[in-house]
Amino acid sequence: MNFSQQLIAFNTIMVREFLRFIRIWIQTIIPPAITVALYFIIFGQLIGSQIGDIDGYRYMDYIVPGLILMAVITNSYANVVSSFFSAKFHKSIEEMIISPLPNYIILAGYISGGVARGVTVGITVTGVSMFFSDFQIHSLGITLAVFVLTSILFSTAGLINAAYARSFDDITIIPTFVLTPLTYLGGIFYSIKMLPEFWQTVSQGNPILYMINAFRYGLLGVSDINVTTALIIIIAFIVILFSFALRMLNRGIGIKP
Amino acid sequence: MPTNALTIKALRKTYRNGTQALCGVDLDVKEGDFFALLGPNGAGKSTTIGIISSLVNKTSGSVQVFGHDLDTESATVRSLIGLVPQEYNFNIFEPVGEILINQAGFYGISRHEASQRAEKYLRKLELWDKRFDMAKELSGGMKRRLMIARALVHEPKLLILDEPTAGVDIEIRHSMWEFMREINANGTTIILTTHYLEEAESLCNNIAIINKGVTIEHTSMRTLLDRLHIETFILYLEEGISELPVCGDYQLRLIDGNTIEADIAHSRSLNELYQMLSDCNIKVLSMRNKTNRLEQLFVSMMRNGNADNYRGGRA
Repeated sequence: MNFSQQLIAFNTIMVREFLRFIRIWIQTIIPPAITVALYFIIFGQLIGSQIGDIDGYRYMDYIVPGLILMAVITNSYANVVSSFFSAKFHKSIEEMIISPLPNYIILAGYISGGVARGVTVGITVTGVSMFFSDFQIHSLGITLAVFVLTSILFSTAGLINAAYARSFDDITIIPTFVLTPLTYLGGIFYSIKMLPEFWQTVSQGNPILYMINAFRYGLLGVSDINVTTALIIIIAFIVILFSFALRMLNRGIGIKP
Repeated sequence: MPTNALTIKALRKTYRNGTQALCGVDLDVKEGDFFALLGPNGAGKSTTIGIISSLVNKTSGSVQVFGHDLDTESATVRSLIGLVPQEYNFNIFEPVGEILINQAGFYGISRHEASQRAEKYLRKLELWDKRFDMAKELSGGMKRRLMIARALVHEPKLLILDEPTAGVDIEIRHSMWEFMREINANGTTIILTTHYLEEAESLCNNIAIINKGVTIEHTSMRTLLDRLHIETFILYLEEGISELPVCGDYQLRLIDGNTIEADIAHSRSLNELYQMLSDCNIKVLSMRNKTNRLEQLFVSMMRNGNADNYRGGRA
């Protein structure tokens, strides 16, 4: 396939993935908006008013970046893991395997679908947060970079999970037992400076901490972590996971007997 | 020398669980051929097709499609093949038209061109009215036709049909046969696997039979059918009879008053029998084969063993 044909193929997967989650918007777009609104009401207004300021921001404002990024992470991951696994389950993945599509286009196409959902949900959740907080964007470049890079990272992770999954149970194990705990312990609701020194050190082993803090820096200008370090870590994870996923597809792991 | 559409040499596949599905399959399919790939359940037909179409990784052996090697020119090989698999393998929640347009997109065909081709093939397969319907709303026969339309949308040179008429009613099956003949007449090489042996006999010029992962027969349909020494015919008579006439050394059996069964060697003429019956004032209204000839051969080959029967004759 020449470059222009590859572009058509990529665009085909991207549009198909976009339409897939848009068709079921009640399941994909609305729930995160409701969840975040509840977080703002319960943690922001009711409990947050008892906590006071963190790093010079009202608690309500402080948790905005973490809640937006949490929605981006879970939705990017969920989109690719469910779409790719469903394609395996229905065997419609065979439509792509028998075609001359290079595997990196398949990978990029699914990631673009995950990013599209992550961005759509992220914008929706940002819109909801504006009802509760009047934050200003500190650095648009860093905000957008972390927003998109995090989405790419978790879309890729979702595809790897889906490729190895053999049942629908297998696509919920990682989100439930790995992703959710790491996200909650990644500093959405608190600054790690509030933790004892030992737990501060342990927290630094959590990659999601870097993403949330870099995003918080982009929006509010405060972070527990050096932003450059955070960006390097996110990019490094993307390179590692992308290479792993591509090798996996090239070897047919999870998709070819 | 004409190019082979498909050349398979010593193809082997052992699955991760240790199952040896193919133990050295050899096949040659000429360009423009309508080729039957037959075998009992579990013989290795679908594994062979899976390997040709890149859905299954082979263990060893070589596959060439129009001279392009699957190992070194995989993308070219894939662009030349259209596959209609045995099981439905489309997203049932996608509209029919979108399934075709997306499939064309995977081959790098622009959306405009893809829409035109989708219309052409959906109309041919009488699915145009269903283009906005979700695939799950189609009947079984429509789903089979959708898979054929999808396999053709990138206009492949080699079309592989893995039991395309399974579960399809007789009327639609016959219209699908006509369509397959038309595609083949337009230059597309077709490989057909089917359990309806009359389908293979009626459509295909050449044939290979696989059993237990090896090729046990590979020849032309005519050569294979010539191996049948005796055929049994059912003769329907104009007027009822109570006793069988004596007709030389023809083996006749009375089924009912108006029907007799006759075993006729290939070396004998049917005219001779008709003449003998006519001499006895018996008029034959119509006649048919008792059993499908290919089926008769197939069953006897499966019963008599396998690789020992392979004569190595090529079509």
